[in-house]
Amino acid sequence: MSAAVPMVKSEGVHKSFGRLEVLRGIDMEVAPKEVVVIIGPSGSGKSTFLRCINHLEKINAGRLSVDGELVGYRQRGDKIHELHDKDVARKRAEIGMVFQRFNLFPHMTAIENVMVGPVQVKRENKTDVRQRAQRLLDRVGLGHRCDAHPAQLSGGQQQRVAIARALCMQPKLMLFDEPTSALDPELVGEVLDVMRELATSGMTMIVVTHEIGFAREVGDALVFMDEGVILEAGAPKEVVANPQHERTQQFLSKVL
Amino acid sequence: MVLVVLAAAIKSVATNPRFEWHVVRQYFTNSAILAGLRITLELTVIAMAMGIVIGVVLAVMRRSPVPVVSGTAWAYIWFFRGTPVLVQLLFWEFISALYPKIVLGIPFIGVTFYHGNANALITAFTAAALGLGLNEGAYMAEIVRAGILSVEEGQTEAAQSLGMSRLKTMRLIVLPQAMKVIIPPTGNETISMLKTTSLASVISVRDLLFNAQIIYARTFKTIPLLIVASIWYLIVTSILTFGQYYLERYFGKGTSRSLPPTPFQRLRALFRRNLTTFHQPPAPIITSGTEHR
Repeated sequence: MSAAVPMVKSEGVHKSFGRLEVLRGIDMEVAPKEVVVIIGPSGSGKSTFLRCINHLEKINAGRLSVDGELVGYRQRGDKIHELHDKDVARKRAEIGMVFQRFNLFPHMTAIENVMVGPVQVKRENKTDVRQRAQRLLDRVGLGHRCDAHPAQLSGGQQQRVAIARALCMQPKLMLFDEPTSALDPELVGEVLDVMRELATSGMTMIVVTHEIGFAREVGDALVFMDEGVILEAGAPKEVVANPQHERTQQFLSKVL
Repeated sequence: MVLVVLAAAIKSVATNPRFEWHVVRQYFTNSAILAGLRITLELTVIAMAMGIVIGVVLAVMRRSPVPVVSGTAWAYIWFFRGTPVLVQLLFWEFISALYPKIVLGIPFIGVTFYHGNANALITAFTAAALGLGLNEGAYMAEIVRAGILSVEEGQTEAAQSLGMSRLKTMRLIVLPQAMKVIIPPTGNETISMLKTTSLASVISVRDLLFNAQIIYARTFKTIPLLIVASIWYLIVTSILTFGQYYLERYFGKGTSRSLPPTPFQRLRALFRRNLTTFHQPPAPIITSGTEHR
């Protein structure tokens, strides 16, 4: 890796829900412009780890930092203080997130969905944001559907609007939480195309997915998680072609 | 069978001379009755406005992670739902016995903006508005809370991931969607409030019922005047029901692909179709939802 500050650095991150330990010591580094794909069986903690990165979940132990700054905490000397809600929100604004179930705002049109973040959170000029939103919707191939409400769009179209919504905040990191899992098979391709284009444009991305093909083609690194730990990580083609760990072999044989 | 019973009832109501329909007609637009109606409407609007504002604030407070804030909201709802509204009205009427002077200022450091005599400040009308509004707030809080809970958690997460604060998420994302669930019971509450305002007659607010009572105490036309009051309550209730329908439609947008036509549109479509039957194929009855946006 380069000497630059890693975009994401995770050291021994633990997370429990009550007695259930979901993450049991995650170590990971993501360099700027890198695309990391996380795979693994359901319940392995992939999504939880993604949600920890933008502090939708609080970690119980370990250190997690984005672009050199701790997530949800501030370090002064030896002491670590919890951040105020406002500061947490400000940090979240720098990280884009795309959800499995799209989570578009149903009472707003496509372009309003894309505009609401920059206008309401960053207090940017509405005319500028509208232009940028229009460009982004064009980029994801939905320039003609600006005024449609989410209910009038297909799943694939909704997910592309959701990607445009996250991008309009001009994030330095994009998180994808199983972005194609809720889609009909024939709609998966259009979303992956948008993500592929985004990766080529130099966006730092962490993608939780079951699309091994996408991982192999677009990913710089592939991480296999199981039961809250990283079992295997490396260049995607290598991991897929020649998995070292037995669990990885089993998993890959099922999804491939 | 139902029709027979209905016909018999209508005949009885129409022909029984003791209903004294001519008296009903005579007092229907009596100035005292209309003045009472006005007070009733004012009380309803003020109490509901207070109730909705307090309800939203309490519902948001109850979701707060700070125990003092959510606890306060809980205690408010517990108290105001736990005591009869009539008792609360009487309390407000006699508030001057508890607090003879009312002072507006910052406590503990002695800054005052205003002070006055409670008896002069809290008129019967103010007492009624306060009592009904504060009570309604507790009920509205539960309605708003149900609405908030009905909005998928993913919506909050998506808003947070865009960097929205808790309050902004509420205001821009959650509450607008909660409206769909909040509106129908709120319509109910408004209709119920319209009728509950008649309790204010007990603390001698000159509302519709109070003035009707005043008149029949003088003229002994008890039944006709109660009918006058009832008809007015029915008329206003009908108007409210009508308004509720359109509000629900408005806030239902975006959730279904197209809205069902309103009764008016249905009527018009039917009319149009009948007119054009002989010339051209019938116009589609269902109009597309997009034209309403």
